[in-house]
Amino acid sequence: MIEHTHDVVIVGAGIAGLYTALETSGAADTAVISKIFPTRSHSTAAQGGTNAALGNMEEDSWEWHFYDTVKGSDYLGDQDAIEILVREAIPTIIELEHMGVPFSRTPEGKIMQRPFGGHFSQFGKGPVRRSCMAADRTGHAVLHCQYEQCVKRGVRFYNEFFVMHLVVEDNVCRGVIAIDIATGELHLVRARAVMFATGGYASVWQINTNCLANTGDGLSLVLRAGLPLEDMEFVQFHPTGLYPSGILVTEGARGEGGQLKNDKGERFMEKYAAAKMELAPRDIVSRAEQTEINEGLGIHGEARVYLDLTHLGKDVIMEKLPQVHELGIKFAGIDCTKEPLSIQPAAHYSMGGIPANSDTQVLADEKNTPVVGFYASGECACISLHGANRLGCNSTLGCAVFGRRGGKSIVRDLPNIRHSGVSEEHLKAAEAEIEKVRSGSGGETIAGLREEMRRVMSQGCHIFRTREGLEKAVASIRELQKRYDNLQIEDKSRGFNTQILEALELGHQLDFIEPIAVGGLAREECRGAHWRIDFAKRDDEKWLKHTLAWKTADGIRLDYKPVSITRFQPEERKY
Amino acid sequence: MAVTFRIYRFNPEKDAHPHYREYEVEPQSGWTVLDALRHIKDTQDGTLAFRRSCRHGICGSCGMTINGVNRLACETQIATLRSRKIEVEPLRSFPVVRDLVTDMTPFYDRYETIQPFLITTKSPPTDRERLQSPEDRRKLDGAYECILCGCCTSSCPSFWADKEFLGPAALLKAYRFVFDTRDEDMGARLRIVNDKHGLWRCHTIFNCVEACPKDLNPTWGIAELKRGVIRQRV
Repeated sequence: MIEHTHDVVIVGAGIAGLYTALETSGAADTAVISKIFPTRSHSTAAQGGTNAALGNMEEDSWEWHFYDTVKGSDYLGDQDAIEILVREAIPTIIELEHMGVPFSRTPEGKIMQRPFGGHFSQFGKGPVRRSCMAADRTGHAVLHCQYEQCVKRGVRFYNEFFVMHLVVEDNVCRGVIAIDIATGELHLVRARAVMFATGGYASVWQINTNCLANTGDGLSLVLRAGLPLEDMEFVQFHPTGLYPSGILVTEGARGEGGQLKNDKGERFMEKYAAAKMELAPRDIVSRAEQTEINEGLGIHGEARVYLDLTHLGKDVIMEKLPQVHELGIKFAGIDCTKEPLSIQPAAHYSMGGIPANSDTQVLADEKNTPVVGFYASGECACISLHGANRLGCNSTLGCAVFGRRGGKSIVRDLPNIRHSGVSEEHLKAAEAEIEKVRSGSGGETIAGLREEMRRVMSQGCHIFRTREGLEKAVASIRELQKRYDNLQIEDKSRGFNTQILEALELGHQLDFIEPIAVGGLAREECRGAHWRIDFAKRDDEKWLKHTLAWKTADGIRLDYKPVSITRFQPEERKY
Repeated sequence: MAVTFRIYRFNPEKDAHPHYREYEVEPQSGWTVLDALRHIKDTQDGTLAFRRSCRHGICGSCGMTINGVNRLACETQIATLRSRKIEVEPLRSFPVVRDLVTDMTPFYDRYETIQPFLITTKSPPTDRERLQSPEDRRKLDGAYECILCGCCTSSCPSFWADKEFLGPAALLKAYRFVFDTRDEDMGARLRIVNDKHGLWRCHTIFNCVEACPKDLNPTWGIAELKRGVIRQRV
């Protein structure tokens, strides 16, 4: 196997991964490994904005942002980490502007900000303009700027290398093994510090906003290395996925004044969140939409409702929501300046992921023991910034703040971490896994299993959940995992074999969906995005805690750890 | 209604030469060319290789030549092609790695040549963003939206003829920085592009304008840069 040695290896080149690279590349031999060219990372699809209490357009405070995020998380977010998030948001966004992000500007020349769901002034009063925007292409603007800075600093990239094995022995991370997609060759990349910034997993549901590359690979590799995942049962369904594709329509559309309507033309949010209406947090809005749809009030009785932007006027839409306008025309044949858009809830974001502390060190257990030399940031990490539900524009923020912080953390830790050996068994395991997949000549197709997986998740593990539905899902998932051993692989080539890649990605997905379902089955309450209709309410006495899930030979083992509560005691969550 | 996809195939491990294979597809309503390619790979021929990710025209992975025109496969609705025969080929003039996958290194190299990053010497304000008026910020509209898909550069006959030509995408990216009022080294960048393989190889053919899936206008950006070079100011 070809070997490389670096001090720092970052897996994933989205906003989190690239910010880490910008921090470490000046101080240490850094390499970024990405299975796609960096600017193709899904961060580029983020639209609405990134939060920081700059107060450019009206009074704002990081303390209000703190309260909003904690309440938005349904009190499951770790407040010590959230405080860092909202305080460091301000210097981080300013640093991004200094790097060159082309933010939209106010008449005074400051960064323009827009309202967003769940973000209010004065501890929950009126909507506040907190989301720093570049039209509705903020993710694209930020990611490209970061990549440009990486080019400026000569950061080393291994592009189109697919990391498929994580080397952890005796609680020390030693590196990763990756396939060079162009040639099919395996590479061992040794490192003193590995940062996983591998992104989200929402593509396991039928209707989702995610790109096809978001297959949650990092989550599976962590499970396979014997480490736990945290809070996997909390998955966000974004209220406004375009119908029928699920393509994202930014929450910023509602921030600018867009209204949700059912078949009767009613602004139905009045029934569910009379005070905040369309700007209630996403879990509440998605449940509202799904309820309307389930009660037959979807448009023409179908599984969709209207997002009406027509009253905003063409000028506002073309200046602040140009991409939304383009997407409506190209993917639904609708000009949103003239007609309402049809939208539906779409699987979007993973609140859970690789457990990490606020220095982004990965944690091995319920006592928060750090794994030496292993870090995680961005959507794949669970720090936990978002608890049971994430507020809009807090994800790109979390990626930036903790990608940056993770980089600083690595630079601080490096002098105390040396290179450690990689035993042969890892190399053999990686080679064996690829050969097993390549030689597959069974009766199952990748597409068939994938569609079945999506159906199972969409039926049993969706917005509204029941014990029966989750039990069925768990059983089906175990069936699918067995059937995976019987895959048919047509493409036996070595070079640019995307069929083998899709098979490996499917294997990763079949790993991490199990803790989603098992965690959801065990958690008997309604909190944030996890809604057990057989339990009807939040249960702080039994369930104000984080789920940890390990994959063992006998299935998923669960354990729990406490939530950090520093400033805001849990209250009833109403909007 | 069945549509025949005639797709360029080339696997250097097996094929001496590129060839075309035909696949019959019954597209569902609203299907894009990418939907059809995925359907073919999933159900008819798992060996078909192509790049794709976001499915909605923002990542820039799936630039291809479709019925002779460079487009993003994910944004090309089959119905709008109004044809029962659709030919799909890799973007022209980039080396082919396999099937519809091209080696984009020549494209990325040119992008790096024009120093695609803000150059500043003065320290920015410590606690605040640099100010930029909305009018100045508007100068970046039409350039910052570029998704680096390669459709423009690959469609340019000057790029086909001159292997050193920077090409429309790199030049539009140069525009983006030269005209960003926060950038402080206009001179350096204008010197880079003021070259017979830079700005002056653009012969205003306009294929790039036709090809850009984001409706950007590299020819305009190049013209603005030419004017900047001549006047030594922007």
